[in-house]
Amino acid sequence: MQNITLPFTDDIIRSLKVGDPVALTGTMVTGRDSVHKWMIDTFIKKTRTPQGDDLEVLEAIKPLLKGSAIYHCGPVVSGLDTKEYLFVAAGPTTSIREEPYQGDVMRYFRIQGVVGKGGMGPKTLAACQEVPGVYLHAIGGAASLIAQTVTRVLEVFKYDFGVPEALWVIEVKDFPAVVTMDAHGNSLHVEIENKSRKVLEELLASA
Amino acid sequence: MQDLTNQILELVRLTSTDLPPDVEDSLRLALEQEEPGSAAYGALETIIKNVELSRKNSTPICQDTGTPIFYIKYPEGWSTRKLRQQIENAVAEATKRAYLRPNSVNSLTEKNTGNNLGDQHFPTVHFEEVEGDTLTIDLMLKGGGCENVGAQYSLPNSKLGAGRDLVGVRKVVLDAVYQAQGQGCAPGFLGVAIGGDRGSSNYASKEALFRTLEEHNPDSRLSELEAKITNDANQLGIGPMGFGGNTTVLDTKITHSHRLPASYFVTISYMCWAFRRRRMTLKDGKVRYS
Repeated sequence: MQNITLPFTDDIIRSLKVGDPVALTGTMVTGRDSVHKWMIDTFIKKTRTPQGDDLEVLEAIKPLLKGSAIYHCGPVVSGLDTKEYLFVAAGPTTSIREEPYQGDVMRYFRIQGVVGKGGMGPKTLAACQEVPGVYLHAIGGAASLIAQTVTRVLEVFKYDFGVPEALWVIEVKDFPAVVTMDAHGNSLHVEIENKSRKVLEELLASA
Repeated sequence: MQDLTNQILELVRLTSTDLPPDVEDSLRLALEQEEPGSAAYGALETIIKNVELSRKNSTPICQDTGTPIFYIKYPEGWSTRKLRQQIENAVAEATKRAYLRPNSVNSLTEKNTGNNLGDQHFPTVHFEEVEGDTLTIDLMLKGGGCENVGAQYSLPNSKLGAGRDLVGVRKVVLDAVYQAQGQGCAPGFLGVAIGGDRGSSNYASKEALFRTLEEHNPDSRLSELEAKITNDANQLGIGPMGFGGNTTVLDTKITHSHRLPASYFVTISYMCWAFRRRRMTLKDGKVRYS
């Protein structure tokens, strides 16, 4: 298990290889479907004019994301009424839905860690080589356990996206994950898919 | 009519935070199938630890508390309108208490209602009047990750060489498991419906998942196919979380419905390892949970 303090350094990123278990400590930001679409439409492709607090939020999250990690997570949060937020359950969501956006979002914000589950595709893998960055796989469904590594909620942006979709700025201690896509073009997911395709073909032929 | 709001609230809490014993047992058996020190073994260890912790602290096993899907069998004389109202009250209260994540989003305005209520389909409630005097409320919390990898095939399927028979059914189900990879939080459970129309087939594939893991299919043709599919799927090597390994599917349940001569649908509902399903029964004024 390698302990990593956020933000990353390029050296640390390049030293990580597929299969390495890591424990993250520091500040990261949650962001999933609505956030990625909002980032792409409003700031990257600019097909939508910034509205409301968009520009203010952009300036606030830029330094938080630079060199750090975005976490694909829609948490269960208590203390919503009093704003004494506490993460009750906070496992990863399926990352592949962000595949159309993730690479460009990584480049724009210089995000070096993408944390989620299920892995991502060729566009994200290319961005991991370029930025450089890694994809860190957390255990899907292990929500109570992972929530215990979230020591503090520092801030929330875009609360109007809804609790699961908001940008939660969190402090984590020993957040567990495994590198499944590295900065050298390797992906565990490609490997497993190729192997399982061969087995499937044999199984289909055997009737 | 008795007000069951509090009893249904307990059903929701139990379902979200305490995995059924048969499911937990199957995860422990899966751990024995994996090599100690492998990523698959580590994933299952974490999963089991999380299950224990969630039960102890009464916190959601998974943050995606999913679509609350209720199947209700009620004796004559009950008002389904009132039952639905009680379910909605219980679901909203469970959300307030953080047993459920606010999960109901208006598809046009993108607004999350904040309390897991929405239109007549959220939460999903199926009612069926039955003989006898027992009220049964089955609840499944089905997350989006596994729901997204569900599939429906129209047979024949020439790409997979799947004809309109059980041999063809096996082929398309294995393809669905391959397509899902680790995205649906493997190791998963498969609810498979053969026949019906596109809508009823989806409904039946979920209903099949309410059979406990010990309940074998009474039709030997289907129980054999269930075992074969589970066994074959585990040869794919996808493993827990898609990390590679020996356990990809923990169980398969198959059901069948009548179909049109022209249609032969096979629908697969993929359920993640966090297979949250619980039952509440009411008989002679006594409530039991299982």
